[in-house]
Amino acid sequence: MLEIKGLKVKLEEEDKQILKGVDLNIAPGSVHAIMGPNGSGKSTLSYVLSGRDGYEVTGGSAALEGADLLDMDPEDRAAAGLFLAFQYPVEIPGVGNMTFLRTAVNAQRKSRGEEELSAADFLKEVRAKAKSLKIDADMLKRPVNVGFSGGEKKRNEILQMAMLEPKMCILDETDSGLDVDAMKLVSEGVNALRSEGRSFLVITHYQRLLDHIKPDIVHIMANGRIVKSGGPELALEVENNGYADILAEVA
Amino acid sequence: MVLAQLKADITAARLADVTLPQGAAWANDARAQALARVRQMGLPTKRDEYWKYTDPASLTVADAPQAALFDAGQTPLFADIDRLRIVFVDGVFDAEASDDLALEGVEIERLSDAMSKDIHWVKDTYGVLEARGQDPVHRPLAALNTAMATDGVVIRATAKVAKPISLVYLHNDVASDAVLHNVVKVDAGAEVTLLENGPAAARFSKSLEVDVADGGAFHHVRTQGRDHERRAVTHCFARIGAQSTFKSFTLTFNGVLTRNECVLDIVGDEATAHVAGACVGDGKDFHHDDTVFITHDAVNCESRQVFKKVLRNGATGVFQGKILVKAGAQKTDGYQISQSLLLDEDSQFLAKPELEIYADDVACSHGSTSGAIDEDALFYLRSRGVPVIEATNLLTLSFLAEALDEIADDALAEALRDRLEGWLSRHS
Repeated sequence: MLEIKGLKVKLEEEDKQILKGVDLNIAPGSVHAIMGPNGSGKSTLSYVLSGRDGYEVTGGSAALEGADLLDMDPEDRAAAGLFLAFQYPVEIPGVGNMTFLRTAVNAQRKSRGEEELSAADFLKEVRAKAKSLKIDADMLKRPVNVGFSGGEKKRNEILQMAMLEPKMCILDETDSGLDVDAMKLVSEGVNALRSEGRSFLVITHYQRLLDHIKPDIVHIMANGRIVKSGGPELALEVENNGYADILAEVA
Repeated sequence: MVLAQLKADITAARLADVTLPQGAAWANDARAQALARVRQMGLPTKRDEYWKYTDPASLTVADAPQAALFDAGQTPLFADIDRLRIVFVDGVFDAEASDDLALEGVEIERLSDAMSKDIHWVKDTYGVLEARGQDPVHRPLAALNTAMATDGVVIRATAKVAKPISLVYLHNDVASDAVLHNVVKVDAGAEVTLLENGPAAARFSKSLEVDVADGGAFHHVRTQGRDHERRAVTHCFARIGAQSTFKSFTLTFNGVLTRNECVLDIVGDEATAHVAGACVGDGKDFHHDDTVFITHDAVNCESRQVFKKVLRNGATGVFQGKILVKAGAQKTDGYQISQSLLLDEDSQFLAKPELEIYADDVACSHGSTSGAIDEDALFYLRSRGVPVIEATNLLTLSFLAEALDEIADDALAEALRDRLEGWLSRHS
C-alpha cells in the first residue's frame, strides 16, 4: 500500500536534516505504529507524506499503490487515498463543518471521476457516521473545529476519515490531549474502519493508544531513522523501559 | 492659500454649467442652501486630510469619465425575495419596470413629486440631516448631491412594513452621470427594510437620509457591483432615536472607485446602530473606501462597525472609521473592526481607526488587521482533497463571514453569499 524508500527530508528554510533515510513498507490491511522520542521526525514524516509546505525531499521515494506521492499536490494525494488525522486540527471560522465535509467528499469524488453525492444521500451518511462517534447535530453545524474541545476535534478528524474512506490513514498523535473515554471513542471509530483494503500508520508517544488500536508492526524512530521494528511487544518494552535501552542497543 | 485656491477652482469648474432642479419654494431653498455649502466648503482634493487615501478628482470633474457595461450573465439579485421593486435606469425612475408604489404601512413617492409639493414632511429631512453631518468633518460631495439630485424616492414608514422596498439601479449608458437622493423616515415603532443594488451609472452620486424615530427600526442591505469602470460616491446620514435600531450592510464588487460615507448620529437613549461592509476587489484599478463617523450623543447606546475587504492583483482598500462619544453619552458600547485579506503583495489596505471620547463610563474597542490566507487552514483543506482554488475561495468566504453575519435576514444573507461565491469562482 505505502512504500517508503530511503526518504531524506530537510527543512526548506534551514539547513537541518530531519529524516535521514526512512524505509517503511505497509501492506494493505495492516496497521503499523511508529513510536519515538520528541524530535525524532515522526510528525515530519506525516507532513511530508501529506504534502505540507516547508520541507524539501533530498532523497528517496514514497509511493501509494505504486504512484509517486511526492510529486503530487496535497489534494491529489487525498484523492489518491491518503488521509492525515492532524495532531492539531485547524479551526476554520465561518465555514460550517457540514459544508466542509461535503466540499471535501465531493471534491475527491469529482477528481476520481465519480458522481457527486446528492445533498440527501450525504446528509444520511454523515448523520449515521457522526452518531457512532457521538458527534451531535450542533457539532456538525458549527464552524470547523471552532470552540471544539480536544476530544471533539479528534472525533471530528475520525468523522472526516470515515466520510472520505481513504486507503491509507496516518494518525499523528491522535491520542494527545484525550482523556481515557475520548481515547476509547476515537479508537473504536478507527477500529470500525479497519478493513482488508485499508492500512493505518499510527504515530504516538505512548503505548496506551496501541491497547485500543492494536498494531501488527511497531517501529521505533530516532534521529530521523527507523531504528528498530518488531511486533506489538516492542511497544510494551518502550512503555516499561523507555527509549533509552532500545536506543543504546541500536547505537 | 494654494490649496484654498485649488479648491475654489475645482468647485467653480464643477458648478459652471450646473442648473438646479426646480420645485416648491422650500425645495428650491434647500437646494440653494446646499449649493451655498458646496461653495463655502469647496470640493475635495487629494490634499484634503479626509481624502488622503482616495483621489476624488474623477468625482469632482464636470464631465464624468465613461464606464463600459459588463454582463456577468447572472440572474438579478434578490430575484427570489418578495419585495417592492423600484427601478432607476442610469439614475432615472422607470415607472414601467417598477412595481406600483402602494404598500401597506408605508408611503412612497418619487423625490421630484415630493419636492414640488408646498407642504411635505420631507422638508424637515431633505438636506437637513446632510447639513447636520457637515460638522465636524466637511462632506462637500454630499452637499453637492443635495443641491443637484434629480431623482430618488422618499419613503415614510408608519408601521411594520411587510416586505422590503428594493431600489434597483440599472446602468445602460456608458456616459451616464447620475445624482440620486433618497429619504427614509421611520415613524415611532415602525419598521422597514430597504434594499439597493446595481451599478447605477458610469458615475453615481447617491445620498440616503434616514430619520429613525423612537422605537423604530431601519434595515438596509445594499450591493454595489458589476461594472468594473463605474465610479460611485455614496453618503448615508442617519438620525437615530431612542430605543431604535439602525442596521446597514453593503457588499461591493468591482468598480474603479467607490467611496461610501456613513454618518450616524445617535440622539436617543438605548439605541443600536450597526454598519457593516464586505468588499471583494480584483486588479489595480479597484479602489474601495469606507468612511464611517458615528456620534454617540445619548446614554446606553451600542454601535458596531464591521468592515472586511478581500483584495487581490493590486487592489486598494481604505477604511476611515470614527467613534465620537460626546460628554454625557455614558454607558456607550462602541465596537469597530476593519480587516483586509490581501491575496498578494501588490494589494494594499489603508486604515485609519479613530476614537474620540468625552464620557468616562464607556466601553469602546477597535481593531484593524491585514493578513494573507492562513497557510495552516489552506493545507488542512487541501489535505482533505479540496483543490487549492476552491480552498482559497472557501477561506475567503470564511474571512467575510463575520461581516455577512451582520445581516439579520437569513434569506438576504444567503442571496449575498451566493453572489459572492459566483464572483469568487469567476475571479479565481
